[in-house]
Amino acid sequence: MGYIKLENISTDFCLKDIKLSISNGEFVVVLGHSGAGKSTLLNILAGFTKHSGNLYLNGELINNVATQKRGIGYLHQGIHLFPNLSVYENIAFALKAKKVDKHNVAKEVQKITQMLQISHLLGRYPKNLSGGEKQRVGIARSIITKPKVLLLDEPLSSLDETTANDIRKELKALSDTLKLTVIYVTHNKLDAKVLADKIVYINKGEIYKIANKYEDYQ
Amino acid sequence: MKDSILNILIKNSPIILFLTTWEVAGKVANTPLLPSFSQVIVEFFNLLQSGVIVENLSHSFLRVVIGYLIGGLLGIVVGIFMGINRTIELSLRPLISMLLPIPTLGWLPLMMLWIGINEALPIVLIFICAFFPVAYATLLGIKEIPQDYINSAKALGASNSYILFRIILPLASPSIFTGLRLESGMVWKTVLAAEMFAIPTGIGAMMINAESLIRVDVIMVALIILALMSFGFEKTIYALEKAATGKWR
Repeated sequence: MGYIKLENISTDFCLKDIKLSISNGEFVVVLGHSGAGKSTLLNILAGFTKHSGNLYLNGELINNVATQKRGIGYLHQGIHLFPNLSVYENIAFALKAKKVDKHNVAKEVQKITQMLQISHLLGRYPKNLSGGEKQRVGIARSIITKPKVLLLDEPLSSLDETTANDIRKELKALSDTLKLTVIYVTHNKLDAKVLADKIVYINKGEIYKIANKYEDYQ
Repeated sequence: MKDSILNILIKNSPIILFLTTWEVAGKVANTPLLPSFSQVIVEFFNLLQSGVIVENLSHSFLRVVIGYLIGGLLGIVVGIFMGINRTIELSLRPLISMLLPIPTLGWLPLMMLWIGINEALPIVLIFICAFFPVAYATLLGIKEIPQDYINSAKALGASNSYILFRIILPLASPSIFTGLRLESGMVWKTVLAAEMFAIPTGIGAMMINAESLIRVDVIMVALIILALMSFGFEKTIYALEKAATGKWR
């Protein structure tokens, strides 16, 4: 049985009978055109969208488990850093919400920001960050709690090519180092080519094809 | 330096022109019905020295502060409940939308009969003046927060109360402050009217007494005080807003 298992998942308007199994530590890229249902799939995994069918995480049925208790990291397409919080407070948000003591929060923030080379941004507010910096802060915020699963919704779509290439490499390195299970939604085939252990192509709400590497997908 | 003095003069030219015209008109008319600006200022200091202004202003100020604080705070609380709970919003929003457009002074006759003519009357009117717009502004502020911020916070494991205090309230605060700022002048108009019609103390009462004595200079002193207090209140709320949101907006 997969680490994440989707069994006959359907929604009223979008997804139809999705069956998918994802192994622990796998980097899955979900490809598809706009409106295909990619983001809806992530929202289901995060617990934001109602659905029929069963969703399992590490063997446990999580259909009715609240988002807060699923142990996932989710980076939305628009990143949505909290504008009222500094970069430090954004990254520390999840730890503070879990009442981790200040000393450990500072230590974890330092560790993750060094890894992503954004330590110099900690005192800034999101309005003063570039697109690439926002993306790195968003990634740091999503993985600081070492989530079981990281959901990424078109994380590179608004970046220039050079920055996107850099962050793509960093994401791959991070997922390998932290052994993250990643579900990465995109319409960019290059992302699939560089990042994917498994490629899932969704079309009109249905899984059209699953491939284990880009060559198979082609 | 020369430039900055010139700039100050240009910036303040409407006020300078207004005060000059007033002064000249008062001198030319030479009637108690139109005292000059300098006469009004002299009367202002006379009333200040005799304690009349302090006594009346303290009455009005206390009424405004009590009514505004209770109305504003309760407005924020009700607005938050409506903003975060769809059922409460659906049940209260039509009522608030219906009562919001009623001018505060429209409540005066009813409140005079229900409460009587006493200290509670202006406070209740100021409460009404502040409550509905602030509740509505709070609701709108919360509704305008993109759902993705809330979802991001949930995905990060934050409880609903943590999201409320760390994300929802700060992000709604610009709208809440706008509501508070808009009403900061209105509450002074309301207390003035209540005191003119019903209460024998306060700046409004001072005005109506001056009217019966045909003391236009005193009426003008009261109007200047009203303008200064409205301005001061608005600036205070603006300063609080800057302190609360200035860093990140």
